[in-house]
Amino acid sequence: MANGSGRPLSPHLQIYKLPLTAVLSITHRVTGVGLAVGTLLLTWWLVAAAVSPEAFARAQGFIGSGFGLLLMFGWSAALYFHLCNGLRHLVWDAGKSFELADAERNNKIVLGAAAALTVLTWVVGLAVW
Amino acid sequence: MTSTPSNLRSPLAHARGLGSAKDGTEHWWSQRLTAIALVPLTIWFVFGVIRHLGADYAAFHAWIKSPFSAVMMILVAVVTFHHAQAGLQVVIEDYIHSEWRKLAALIAVKFLSFALALACVLAVAKIFIGA
Repeated sequence: MANGSGRPLSPHLQIYKLPLTAVLSITHRVTGVGLAVGTLLLTWWLVAAAVSPEAFARAQGFIGSGFGLLLMFGWSAALYFHLCNGLRHLVWDAGKSFELADAERNNKIVLGAAAALTVLTWVVGLAVW
Repeated sequence: MTSTPSNLRSPLAHARGLGSAKDGTEHWWSQRLTAIALVPLTIWFVFGVIRHLGADYAAFHAWIKSPFSAVMMILVAVVTFHHAQAGLQVVIEDYIHSEWRKLAALIAVKFLSFALALACVLAVAKIFIGA
């Protein structure tokens, strides 16, 4: 490495290409924060339903609007990613799947499962709507 | 007492087994417990949301008036907010390095999560009782 000491440099985030495992790790946090912000919509929905038919119709109207549906799509994708990757974190917490090959295989399982569940949910959702 | 103690911690501190953080594994463990609980709760919630996407006021109330739905919805709200504030706390502690900003963000997250969770619980209770 170029620091002259012969020892490796620590990765510089703006230069170093993050491996997929690291990308999924930070995505877990980003989706977690996003889902936390999304709880505001959950609160609005429930409180509106408790207040009056007009307030509930306004909340349902917003959720059913183009922007609302975009938010719901993002919410469902973030939720399923956080859920699948969270399960993988629980596997790590149990002390399993730390080998690089396992981690790389599980990256694909998490991404595949999250994408499949998101698509499945919207197919079912739009079919019953 | 030996003249050269191998451990500078007091016997009480040693027994408690806590470091300078004054905290053990409670935060970590509650985050995992809520994560496990949220797996079935979230699946129930997503299907509930799908089934009531275009629902009107009456249909939504009919859903929440079932005791099972009311209990599940309250659990969803309480456990979700508990998990969210636990996760946000870790994110804040990791990325906000100015002490007063960190403290202000932590207090805001804790207070807001508690208040929003309570609002959700009260809303479900109100619909369930029909008040």
